[in-house]
Amino acid sequence: MAGAGGGNSDVQWCFSQVKGAIDDDVAEADIISTVEFNHSGELLATGDKGGRVVIFQQEPESKNQPQCRGEYNVYSTFQSHEPEFDYLKSLEIEEKINKIRWLPQKNAAQFLLSTNDKTIKLWKISERDKRPEGYNLKEEDGRYRDLNTVTTLRVPVFRPMDLMVEASPRRVFANAHTYHINSISVNSDCETYLSADDLRINLWNLEINDRSFNIVDIKPTNMEELTEVITAAEFHPNQCNTFVYSSSKGTIRLCDMRASALCDQHAKQFEEPEDPNNRSFFSEIISSISDVKFSHSGRYMMTRDYLSVKIWDLNMESRPVETYQVHEYLRSKLCSLYENDCIFDKFECCWNGNDSVVMTGSYNNFFRMFDRGYRQDVTLEASRENSKPRSVLKPRKVSTGGKRKKDEISVDSLDFNKKILHTAWHPLDNIIAVATTNNLYIFQEKLN
Amino acid sequence: MISTMECAADAQSLISISLMKIHNSRTQRGGIKLHKNLLVSYVLRNARQVYIKEKYAEIYRMQQYEEVMTVCNEIQELNPLDLDAEDAEDEEQARSACCSAEESLCGAACHRGAAQPVAHARTASALFGCSPLEDGSKEPDPCYYRSCCMEPSPVSHCDQFTANSNMHCNKTTVLDLDTHVVTTVENGYLHQDCCCDALQCGQGAQSPARKRKVEFGCCVSDVEDVSDFTAARKRAKREDCCYSNLDYTDTSNISNLISIFGSGFSGLLSRQSDLEQICSKQVLASLGAWTRAIVAF
Repeated sequence: MAGAGGGNSDVQWCFSQVKGAIDDDVAEADIISTVEFNHSGELLATGDKGGRVVIFQQEPESKNQPQCRGEYNVYSTFQSHEPEFDYLKSLEIEEKINKIRWLPQKNAAQFLLSTNDKTIKLWKISERDKRPEGYNLKEEDGRYRDLNTVTTLRVPVFRPMDLMVEASPRRVFANAHTYHINSISVNSDCETYLSADDLRINLWNLEINDRSFNIVDIKPTNMEELTEVITAAEFHPNQCNTFVYSSSKGTIRLCDMRASALCDQHAKQFEEPEDPNNRSFFSEIISSISDVKFSHSGRYMMTRDYLSVKIWDLNMESRPVETYQVHEYLRSKLCSLYENDCIFDKFECCWNGNDSVVMTGSYNNFFRMFDRGYRQDVTLEASRENSKPRSVLKPRKVSTGGKRKKDEISVDSLDFNKKILHTAWHPLDNIIAVATTNNLYIFQEKLN
Repeated sequence: MISTMECAADAQSLISISLMKIHNSRTQRGGIKLHKNLLVSYVLRNARQVYIKEKYAEIYRMQQYEEVMTVCNEIQELNPLDLDAEDAEDEEQARSACCSAEESLCGAACHRGAAQPVAHARTASALFGCSPLEDGSKEPDPCYYRSCCMEPSPVSHCDQFTANSNMHCNKTTVLDLDTHVVTTVENGYLHQDCCCDALQCGQGAQSPARKRKVEFGCCVSDVEDVSDFTAARKRAKREDCCYSNLDYTDTSNISNLISIFGSGFSGLLSRQSDLEQICSKQVLASLGAWTRAIVAF
């Protein structure tokens, strides 16, 4: 049930599961780089730096434990991308999965798009629970029979077998991006999708992998004049002609593909003027948008920059309708965060099922929820210490003043190596998936 | 306007940190990240702007101090019996100006400039670089003294300085209080670029100070550049939007790697000939690899 969740006092979140290695020594390849629920919420996909995709499936609700929704267990694991080498430029192409996007389900099989910096792949995940038996020319183990021993003919039949989940690459969309791909988004027409890199956005047909249309190109004639790059892009959830892309300058441009083939001229530009009182060396960095997401309704969109989350009404370009400070206490620490590269962290954000609550990550394995209706926010922590089954998460607080209250944590004690960049919210229920460095936490709403 | 706590010293460390990040990005797995390096270049540009402002303010201040000392010495050499009452007053005020604190020097000169009679006053005020009209200038404090000194047209000041320097001083020595680098200006030629040291500190390069012939016209344009900054700063004080108008065509002749990060990647692929004349070989070597990497895209 998609009730209001998050900040209001009625909803409490409790620990459900944690996936991944327990030890603190994190292998680089195991670092989670993307998390995505499918459209029904039954499947949860994660991608990691090693190029692997792991899909979890929710078990059907158990009659024995009606208080709990089904657990997520491993459904399929496959190697999506491998490291490659571009010989022309002498550059290594990382296998890290930047984004996973599910296609709406059309038949028994599931389809998802996964992308690294250069190549997008369409994967088909299908179940096999029957296999043919009784071949005439082959033995059961696959060896060919001696033809002299074949005396009768029979029709092979399907017999049940243990469930096997297969992932097979159906399409490979390669060689279309000079720069690093940061976003993919499936269109509501279910036939096309877009892929965006730092300077260009391409439109693909899911069936055709040897060509794509370039619909946005912000590369200047002279690269010396480069002032901004594309940081994220997404199709509108209902209008198949509309998409948005965000930039490193903090602007969002909405484009209508009906207007022209090349959408360099935006239909709308969303930008909030900078507060001159907050001007610093790092103003350009913290205004760079790291994620943009449409609401399910399509009326609003949300952007995440380094310190805040902003909700925009598509009908108003001059300023956001809501702004939520994620960790304003970091504003005075920007110099240190620049030195240790944390200021370049790209946090994502997500909506809940009915667009009433938004969620995003922070440092120290904290994540934040903002209830738009009740104007409340809460800070929660994903940690092994709070990982007893069904234990309720206690709200956390960062003390910004001189006096630190009990149970509060001071800004200087925050662990900036523990960051939550990727979060996902079940499309229908109050179930959230939160990725720490190499663990995936699943929390559920406490049901009485 | 950038908050006062981020002073020139922080700008200098930011410049070196940024350059190191760009240098390291060349060897990172996955290739150069365009987005990150663009953001780093913005930090570099912001830090450079602050750093240059501070540096030029200091050089200007030191040069003025040197000239005041020269004038004081010359006045002391004159026969006191030849001076009329007005000149005696000038002498006293000049001495008091010399003896007063550095920050108040300009203030005294500015205030004095308003009421000076012709000959010595014109020279003195010209050397101080303060227009006689500037008697409305405020008492300078460390934050605002720069605008006090530099609001009047620096071009005219420099012209006069050139003329005067030819007449009165062929050689001026300036001590950079930040880096303790001694710069000698001989007939308009600088023999040491203070700004280069920041780069050398940042890069760890230890190239010896090289004799560099820079036309004084360059310095004039630099000061003009600075006047653009101060003019912008004036707007900032009124409008609080110092950095809202980004000058992407900044062609400052500051002869170090910092200057090429004028805006975004502007300058990374240009001004190679300037750099070859001026920068150390180490800087040039790293720059070359960087530009090749960029061009590879």
